[in-house]
Amino acid sequence: MDEREIRDLVDDVEAGRLTRRAFTQMMVALGLTAPMAAQMLAGAGVARAQTKPTFNPTKRGGGGQLRVLWWQSPTLLNPHFATGTKDQDGSRVFYEPLAAFDPDGNVVPVLAERVPSGENGDLAKDGTSVVWRLKKGVQWHDGKPFTADDVVFNWEYSADPATATVTIGSYKELQRVEKVDSHTVKVVFKKPNPFWYDAFCGNRGQLIPKHLFEAYKGGKSREAPNNVKPVGTGPYRFVDFKPGDIVRAEINPSYHVPNRPFFDQFEMKGGGDAVSAARAVLQTGEYDYAWNIQVEDEILKRLEQSGRGRVEIWPSGNPEHVQCNQTDPWKEVDGERSSVKVPHPILTEAAVRKALNVLVDRAAVQEQIYGRQGQTSANFLNAPPRYQSKNTTWEFNIDKANQILDQAGWKRGPDGIRAKDGKKLKFVFQTSINAPRQKTQAIVKQACAKAGIDLELKSVVASVFFSSDPANPDTYRHFYTDLQMYTTTMGAPDPQLFMEQFTSWRIASKENKWSGNNVTRFRNEEYDTLWRGAENEVDAAKRAAMFIRMNDIVIQNVVVIPVLWRNGVGAAAKALRGMDLSGWDSTLWHLAYWYKA
Amino acid sequence: MANISVTATLPLGARRAGDSLWQEAWRRFRRHRLAMLGACVLLFMVVAVLSGPLAYRVPIDEIDFRAKLETPSWAHPLGTDDLGQDLLARMLYGGRISLAVGVAAMLIAIVIGTAIGAISGHLGGPMDHALMRITDLFLSLPQLPLLLLIIYLFRDVLKDVFGPEIGVFVLIVAVIGGLRWMPVARLVRAQFLSLREKEFVEAARSLGAPTMRQIVRHILPNTFGPVIVAGTIDVAAAIIAESSLSFLGLGFPPDIPTWGRILFDAKDNLDFAPHWALFPGAAIFLTVLSINYIGDGLRDALDPRKVLGQS
Repeated sequence: MDEREIRDLVDDVEAGRLTRRAFTQMMVALGLTAPMAAQMLAGAGVARAQTKPTFNPTKRGGGGQLRVLWWQSPTLLNPHFATGTKDQDGSRVFYEPLAAFDPDGNVVPVLAERVPSGENGDLAKDGTSVVWRLKKGVQWHDGKPFTADDVVFNWEYSADPATATVTIGSYKELQRVEKVDSHTVKVVFKKPNPFWYDAFCGNRGQLIPKHLFEAYKGGKSREAPNNVKPVGTGPYRFVDFKPGDIVRAEINPSYHVPNRPFFDQFEMKGGGDAVSAARAVLQTGEYDYAWNIQVEDEILKRLEQSGRGRVEIWPSGNPEHVQCNQTDPWKEVDGERSSVKVPHPILTEAAVRKALNVLVDRAAVQEQIYGRQGQTSANFLNAPPRYQSKNTTWEFNIDKANQILDQAGWKRGPDGIRAKDGKKLKFVFQTSINAPRQKTQAIVKQACAKAGIDLELKSVVASVFFSSDPANPDTYRHFYTDLQMYTTTMGAPDPQLFMEQFTSWRIASKENKWSGNNVTRFRNEEYDTLWRGAENEVDAAKRAAMFIRMNDIVIQNVVVIPVLWRNGVGAAAKALRGMDLSGWDSTLWHLAYWYKA
Repeated sequence: MANISVTATLPLGARRAGDSLWQEAWRRFRRHRLAMLGACVLLFMVVAVLSGPLAYRVPIDEIDFRAKLETPSWAHPLGTDDLGQDLLARMLYGGRISLAVGVAAMLIAIVIGTAIGAISGHLGGPMDHALMRITDLFLSLPQLPLLLLIIYLFRDVLKDVFGPEIGVFVLIVAVIGGLRWMPVARLVRAQFLSLREKEFVEAARSLGAPTMRQIVRHILPNTFGPVIVAGTIDVAAAIIAESSLSFLGLGFPPDIPTWGRILFDAKDNLDFAPHWALFPGAAIFLTVLSINYIGDGLRDALDPRKVLGQS
């Protein structure tokens, strides 16, 4: 399906010949995400489906306490410094963006009066600017009004390199943010920007008050007392915070949505592990909600039988995948291993990567370990099963792997391990410590052994593996092993930032203190050009075709081996409702609407 | 005193002329029923893990999802785990590592602890002070951060020299043993302080026995009792420490099924697949218990002041 055909389909939806749902399904079958399909329709001016709450209370509060469990807990509560989901979620209790992303990837107004679009004239036709109209009558928790000045300030604050925010990527490319009047701002982009709903939206768009943070813009940013004492606009206001342990909040009596929220107190408890978190909700009922329970499905099903809670599953764009290191992790050059100056002696050989690609038994991993929590996948960019995809397929075939390796001249030694030119086919394969991942490792290792590849398994505790500490050689971004496996989170319903992780300028290295997110150290000119093109391509159909090609480049070169297209998974108490969990935004994006039946 | 007891027990036929002290000890040990039972169980375990894999040739990592979480049967005498891997094969293989780690770490702890305790207790004075402060220092060290540091610093070096499995083994044994000698040192020192003033030591000294001989021949054998008991506790602690290291990802690679690792993998499934945890748990329990009884028996057998017939 090419650009023209996609365009015709969009016209069909517009004319009512094709339903939104049917269109979305077709796009997903092409290897696109549902949210992208939604954006393509939005780009063409086709009205979006809005999610409407089904519970309409007549008064605020009265719901008692809401107790949630985050087994990794927040360490600070400023969204601009949030490293990882835990801090973003902690901040989201108090802070809100102009707009959020619902489960279908639609942009839903929160602090904005309405969502900009071409039709209402807020979104410039050439994609170079967008006007946000702010909701009137919104107050910060300390009673001060929320105005356009606050929005402009958040851009100044985050885009200032001296402030050293983690959200800078979303704000530094903005030409300027202007205050039009007290409740209208205009965002002007340097170049046409199809991903205009990045700044001020979702997790990276949480807004902090100007009057409390103004004095701490720039180098003193980390000293702001309000980094741990949030004052936001959200449904709950701050009571108490112990980093790494607990966040306490109470109802905001002047919340800007009438008759919300439902609960009088809110408590977010940290610590423990995924299994005990699941137990505390599903089996013992001590908590109302548990976040990210990556636990074998078999165990979850048995816990659910206690009848106190249910497992919530929702689609996301996150692939669990195995990465092939393009550089040599065992040779140190200029104080770093896995340096781009030394290509990997074995993994750069296409035949070896091709053999590995058919040695990952994705069906067994999905059926035996993850169950409802994911689908097998041939694609990195949120792809469907192979029979639905046009360009990519996957298979598990040990004979084929043997054949490929035989042809490439890798001969079995007396110990059963293949070798060529004195190099043995031996790899170190690392991942974080988590029972489902160790089982996946075991499954891959066994298949590799049958093909004459010896894998040494390594597991690193999650807090180290996912840390951003430049001094620790065991982090996933150092990637000091041949292979590794984890899940990359797709944080927004747009693949632009997500796909940047294979561009040559994002390579993790000593120079950038391993902050680059191109962990595989893959370099490909065509890919770079496509990515840059997509960045400023306003035509949604053309842009979609570009991302499909980018995905194909990564998959056909076996830079990564997708294992599973994962779903979001949480545990909720039986009576808890209204979460409307979204794979594109924080778990707490809809917190104001949570209630108990 | 020893003579009196020997005379007194002669009618029981305990010690015949010409028997060495070791034969005597063995005779006494045999009378300790629980110790003998413990020795049999331990011997059985050692023989099983050493020769078991030769006789029971099921691979330890054969994944078979059709047979997952099976309870014990003829095909799988101890059942299977959730990847369908045979638990008996894994336990036999892992037992070698767990037992070796436990015993080796215990030996290191006892050797270091006894040496330091003996020097400190016998010499006294500034040397005693210095050594005891070092012991205090080690006791006050936070063990986990130290472990992390040592492992990060030396893991790769040792892996290059010995290979992944042996390298980690050496490291873990050294680290666990090196951090558990302090209680032994204190016990030995306390024994030395009281024993060196005893008449038989004074007698030896007045006969002109050199320091080394006083320590090795006269005092040290008398400290064996508490040291052996401490040592047996250390074996158990080392087996458990190894499993917690594996849990943190710092021990053996995750696919090497030490007993602690099997137990750790099984814990989430305890309510519906208890066999998975029960067998490795029972193995650790039996090992520790039998070593404790053996220690008990040894103490009785080696105690020179012990009056036979009253055990």
